[in-house]
Amino acid sequence: MNQYQLTKLAKRVGFYALIAVVMVYAIFPFYYAVITSLKPSSELFRVDFWLSTVDFGNYVQIFTQKSFVRAIANSIIVSLSVVFIALLLGITASYALGRVRFRGRTTVLLVILGVSMFPQVAVLSGLFEVIRGLGLYNNPAGLILSYTIFTLPFTVWVLTTFMKQLPMELEEAAIMDGATPWVTITKVFLPLMWPAMATTGLLAFIAAWNEFLFALTFTLTDDQRTVPVAIALISGGSQHELPWGPIMAASVTVTVPLVILVMVFQRRIVSGLTAGAVKG
Amino acid sequence: MASVTLEKLNKTFGHDHIIKNVDLQVGDGEFVVFVGPSGCGKSTLLRLIAGLESISDGELRIGDDVVNDLPPRERGVGMVFQSYALYPHMTVYENMAFGLKLAKMAKETVDDRVMATARILQLEELLHRKPKELSGGQRQRVAMGRAMAREPRILLFDEPLSNLDASLRVQMRNEIARLHHRLGSTMIYVTHDQVEAMTLADKIVVLRDGRIEQVGSPQTLYLQPATKFVAGFIGSPTMNFMPAELLDGTQEGCRVRTPGIGELSLPQDASGKHVGVDLSLGVRPEHLRLAEAEGENSFEIVNVEYLGNEVYVYLEPKVGDTLLIHRSEAPSRWSLGQRVALVPDLEHVHLFDTEDQALEIAKRRRAA
Repeated sequence: MNQYQLTKLAKRVGFYALIAVVMVYAIFPFYYAVITSLKPSSELFRVDFWLSTVDFGNYVQIFTQKSFVRAIANSIIVSLSVVFIALLLGITASYALGRVRFRGRTTVLLVILGVSMFPQVAVLSGLFEVIRGLGLYNNPAGLILSYTIFTLPFTVWVLTTFMKQLPMELEEAAIMDGATPWVTITKVFLPLMWPAMATTGLLAFIAAWNEFLFALTFTLTDDQRTVPVAIALISGGSQHELPWGPIMAASVTVTVPLVILVMVFQRRIVSGLTAGAVKG
Repeated sequence: MASVTLEKLNKTFGHDHIIKNVDLQVGDGEFVVFVGPSGCGKSTLLRLIAGLESISDGELRIGDDVVNDLPPRERGVGMVFQSYALYPHMTVYENMAFGLKLAKMAKETVDDRVMATARILQLEELLHRKPKELSGGQRQRVAMGRAMAREPRILLFDEPLSNLDASLRVQMRNEIARLHHRLGSTMIYVTHDQVEAMTLADKIVVLRDGRIEQVGSPQTLYLQPATKFVAGFIGSPTMNFMPAELLDGTQEGCRVRTPGIGELSLPQDASGKHVGVDLSLGVRPEHLRLAEAEGENSFEIVNVEYLGNEVYVYLEPKVGDTLLIHRSEAPSRWSLGQRVALVPDLEHVHLFDTEDQALEIAKRRRAA
């Protein structure tokens, strides 16, 4: 083996070692959560890297709690509503911003971008007053409203970029065929914007699903809570005991749907996010 | 089917005056071609008729109706786009049926219309394919079918053949011409290709800088161009232009002197012009004859192109740097480097004044 082959081998080994480190760093916490959730509470504090027995006790425990099941249902309702509203508003806004020429179009786009730069904490107290004023306190609708505010800028920007790339003649052909703007959007543009919609929709879903601060602030009772808050509030028999088993089981339960969604849509996400970055 | 009338039509974008006072009458069933260099406003004019652009000033009538403020769907026009603009997610059938369905027609009517159109354009086999599974020529036909299915009063074509390769272009050109004969509908067609214009049109409209330069049949435009621009634009290879000085002119004819060729007696009426004024002499490549060089009349051959059926001979001009072109049937006895005399066919020589307007042939001569 000569010098050249040796360095080549070393580089290759180094490369895979690096990948291994990244993989462990990214996946190990989740893996350990899965393992922990499948252990009986008696074995909880013994360090194991492999499962010797599988025990679904923790899962049974959280799914028999009514408040947790209710929280999952709330989360699903809130997240899907946010996705639906954001896409509906996003697609109509992107038609206006991407296709209709009007004075101040760039200003509007910049203002929308500016809104997304506010940290959540900065608007928390103000938004709290708004939600109280609208009578949406301790109501999932309040969460839907506040999440949509933070999701829309991104949705509008991605969809506008995508809309601008659709050929002008396609819209003109639809006009010649007698289509109104609404028909053009729904019958001609929507089917073509599916990749962009999948991307933005999924990201909006994840953001709404994971959100904690607003969910904690704007809800009061157990039956209005979403899953992140519900997990945080799972408590043990006494105040000195943290029920790690059920917490891990709940975490895994709410993470798995996301992992599956991302895996299903991963190619769409990449193509949607980079659309327009390079000429295809 | 209907006629189209444009009266003092104007279009401005901000400060740019794109279409300037265009008057035009398109007869029922006529095939009219708008032709001109890029930026002359021909596509804008078509889009004004289609209703995709608003009319700044003037009146547009389709049939007897003023349609200035009607949206495209109420004007009864169909349009074929340069990029075809087929709906990528719909099948050929759905593409053609889209407009009909939007017009809320009964399902059977939609079906009948689409099938009838598909039969005319030989698309029956392709009805269930998506646009991406079609060849360029097939997409072109679908685009025409979509425009035709609604049975518009007028069919508009915006450079429909420019995305096709050369051989397919000739074939589709042929199909469009036959389609027009069969349907007899009014068609307006935009192109920058003068060959398409010549072969397809009943009437050619030459546009330049938003104005109509000349309107006429292909033959009129070829034989009697009204301006130097039209003379240079129509015909391939292009007309030869040489400077000419007016020696004397009457109503019956005139005499001019051209560097190299010498004095020529021409049938043009130059009675309104001053003696000594600079004119421009135009001769088409096929209306030049080559002879043995003699004296001043001696031009050098700088290139010879053999095209199989004909030969182009390129000659060094006496003034300017645009090569003169001579065209003749193959074979040709002329070769590179030879010096030859030019003899224009006096019946087919054009004269243009300093404003680039053509001088008319004297009336008495033309009658004879």
